Amino acid sequence: MSTLHREITFSEALREAMTEEMERDPSVFLMGEDVGLFGGVFGVSAGMLEQFGENRVRDTPISEAAIVGAGLGAALVGMRPIVEIMFADFTTVAMDQIVNQVAKARYMSGGKANVPLTLRVVNGAPGSAAAQHSQSPEAWFMNVPGLKIAIPATPYDAKGLLKTAIRGEDPVMFFEHKMLYAARDIVPAEDYTVPFGEAALRREGTDATVIAIGGVLPNVLAAAEQLAGSGISVEVIDPRTLVPLDTAALVESVKKTHRAVIVHEAHRRAGPGAEIAAVLAEEAIGYLDGPVIRVATKNVPFPYHPELEKFILPGVDDIAQAVTGVVNYVL
Amino acid sequence: MSLIADDTLYQVLSPTGEVVGSVPAIAPAGHLNLYRWMVFGRVFSDRMTALQRQGRMGTFAEVKGQEAACVGLAARLTEEDWLMGSYRESLAYMVKGVPLAAQLKHWGGYIPDNYPFEARCLPFQIVLATQVLHAVGIAHAIKYKGEPHVAVVGIGDGATSEGDFNEALNAAAVFELPVIFVVQNNGWAISVPRHAQTRVDSFVRRAAGFAVPGLRVDGNDILAMIGAMDTALDRARSGGGPTLIEAETYRMGAHTTADDPTRYRPPEDLELWGRRDPIIRYRKFLMDRQLLTDLEDEQLQDDVTAEFEAAVAEFEALPPQDVAQHFDLILGNPPPQLARQKAQILNEQ
Ligand SMILES: Cc1ncc(C[n+]2csc(CCOP(=O)(O)OP(=O)(O)O)c2C)c(N)n1
Ligand SMILES: [Mg+2]
Repeated sequence: MSTLHREITFSEALREAMTEEMERDPSVFLMGEDVGLFGGVFGVSAGMLEQFGENRVRDTPISEAAIVGAGLGAALVGMRPIVEIMFADFTTVAMDQIVNQVAKARYMSGGKANVPLTLRVVNGAPGSAAAQHSQSPEAWFMNVPGLKIAIPATPYDAKGLLKTAIRGEDPVMFFEHKMLYAARDIVPAEDYTVPFGEAALRREGTDATVIAIGGVLPNVLAAAEQLAGSGISVEVIDPRTLVPLDTAALVESVKKTHRAVIVHEAHRRAGPGAEIAAVLAEEAIGYLDGPVIRVATKNVPFPYHPELEKFILPGVDDIAQAVTGVVNYVL
Repeated sequence: MSLIADDTLYQVLSPTGEVVGSVPAIAPAGHLNLYRWMVFGRVFSDRMTALQRQGRMGTFAEVKGQEAACVGLAARLTEEDWLMGSYRESLAYMVKGVPLAAQLKHWGGYIPDNYPFEARCLPFQIVLATQVLHAVGIAHAIKYKGEPHVAVVGIGDGATSEGDFNEALNAAAVFELPVIFVVQNNGWAISVPRHAQTRVDSFVRRAAGFAVPGLRVDGNDILAMIGAMDTALDRARSGGGPTLIEAETYRMGAHTTADDPTRYRPPEDLELWGRRDPIIRYRKFLMDRQLLTDLEDEQLQDDVTAEFEAAVAEFEALPPQDVAQHFDLILGNPPPQLARQKAQILNEQ
C-alpha cells in the first residue's frame, strides 16, 4: 500500500473527486441549493466555495428544473457541470429536464451533442426523514434510455466513479446514500478512476450470490458474516453502476453459486432488482437451483416512525433469512 | 391602500409601536385574541425547539419572529375558507383551527392520522411550492361551485423560485380565482439569502408580471397584515380574483432544529430584526390603548405556557404508535399484497 493511501470518508472522497477534477479541468463546475457557503446540506462541498469562488461553486435559486435544464445547456457547449439535487425525492420537480431533455439531447441532435452532465442525487433513508426525503428512485431512471446510473457503496468507488462521471461524455445520475457519507475506507490520494459497468466482488463465496446495490452493502456484508457462522458461504457482488450493468459478472457468479438474492433500498416493486432478476432469468436460468429473491423496501411510503421504518427497510436478518431460504430451496 | 403593483411598504405600526397607518376595524377582544396567538406562537416555537433538543420531539421548523405574519395570514379566514402552506405555517394552521394536539403528533412522528381536513387545511407541504398549485385547484373548485370562500396559501421566499409558484400565479390570474398568495419573505432559504433567490426587489413586482395585484406588507406588523388580508379577502369574495401579499419578516431562529444558522447569518441581522420584533410593537400598541396591562400580559404568558405544557403532557401520555396502521393509509381499496405486509408486521410484534 502506498503511503498516499489514507482512510477518508465517503463524503470526503466525493469532495476530493470534485476538487481534483475542478483543478484539472476549468470546464468543471458545481451548482445546487446550499452547496456554496453552507457546503451542501450534507457537507459534501464544504470549503469548495473558498477554494474555487462563486463562479465555480454556485448557490442556485430553489429551482430544480432550472438547475438541471441549465446544467444541460452548459454541458451542450462544452462545460462539465456537476449538479447537486439535495434529495433524490426532488428529482420529480426536474423530471421533464432529466427524462425528455438530458437523456434525449444526444439522440435528438443526431448524435452531435455531448452531454457531460453529472447529477449528484442524494438518496436513501437516513432515519425518520419520512415519505418525501427518504426515497431511492434509481429504477425510475433505469427505464429511461440515455442516462447512466452510478450507485457507489464505498468511499473508494465514490471517488473513482464520480471522476469517471465527470470525465465522461454522457449524462450520469450519481446516487449518494445519506447513510454512507460517514463511511470510511482506504482511498488512494493519487489520481484513479473506476470504470462504469464493472461490478466489484465484495466477498467470495460458493452457496449463494447476493447482489447488493448502494447503501445496503454494509447490511449485506453483515448478513454474509452471520451466515458464514452457520456454514453458508455467500458471494457478494456490488454492481456499482446500474446502467451500464455488468451482467457478465452477475451471470458468472450465479453459474458458480446457483442461487441469487438481490438487495436494495429502492421499493421492491419494479425496483432495480426486478431488472436484475429478469436478466438472470434470461441469461442464467439454466444455472439457477432456486428462485431469484428480492430483499427490498416494502411497497409503502417511508414512514417517519423509526420502528416502522426499520420494519420496511431491508435489514440484516431479512437478508440472512432470504439467503437461507434459497440455499435450502428444493427444486 | 391600492392594489396596483406599487411596492411601498404597508405599515400600521412602526417597529416602536407608533401608529403610522389606519388601524383596521378590530374589536378589543379581537385585538387580544390576535395578541394571544402571537404570544402562544413564540412559546410554541421556543418550547418545541427545546423539546427537540431534549429528544422529546422530532425535527421542528421554528416560527420565531414570524408570529405576526403567521397569525395575520390566517386570522381573518372563515371556517369555510381553505388554508395551505409549508412547514413554516404551523402557527397559521392552529389559528385556522388545527388543534395543537394534532401538531404535536405531526412533529412528534406519529402517523398522520390527524389530517386537518375539518379545519380546511391541507397537511403542510414539504416539497417546496407544490401547495401553491393545490390552492389554485381549490380556488377553482370554489369558483366552480359558486361559493363565497377563498383559498389562502403560504409560501417561503425561496420556494418562489420554483416553476410551480410561477405557474400557479399565472393560472390564478387567467381563471380570476379567489386565491391569496402570501409570501412569507423571512430573509432566508436555509443558508441562501433572499437576494440570491431573485433580483426583483419585491415579490409584488413578480406578481405584477402575471397581472396579479400585490401588496407589500410589513410582516412583523400584525395590524398591517390584517388590513392587507381584509383587502385581499374582499377582493377575492367579490369576484375580483387573486392577490399576492408579500409579508416582509425575518426568521429569528434556525431553518429547522437540524440547522445551525451561525454558520451563515451575520449576527447584526439578529440585532436589527430583534428591534423589529412583532410582539413587542403590538404589546406597546395594546398598552397605549389601554387594552392590556403589564399584569394581564404576565398572566397571558403563564396561560399560554400552561396550555402548551398541558398538551405536551397529553401527547407524551399517548400510547406508542400502532405501526400496523401504516398499511391502512396507503390505498382506499388495499390489495392483498398490502394486507400480507401488514400481517407480517403484526406477526413480528
Ligand atoms: C422541491 C424542493 N426542493 C428543495 C427542498 C429542500 N428545502 C427545504 S426547505 C428549503 C428552503 C426553503 O426556503 P423558503 O421557501 O424561503 O422557506 P422558509 O424555510 O424560509 O420558510 C429547501 C431548499 C424541498 N423541500 N423541496
Ligand atoms: Mg425563507
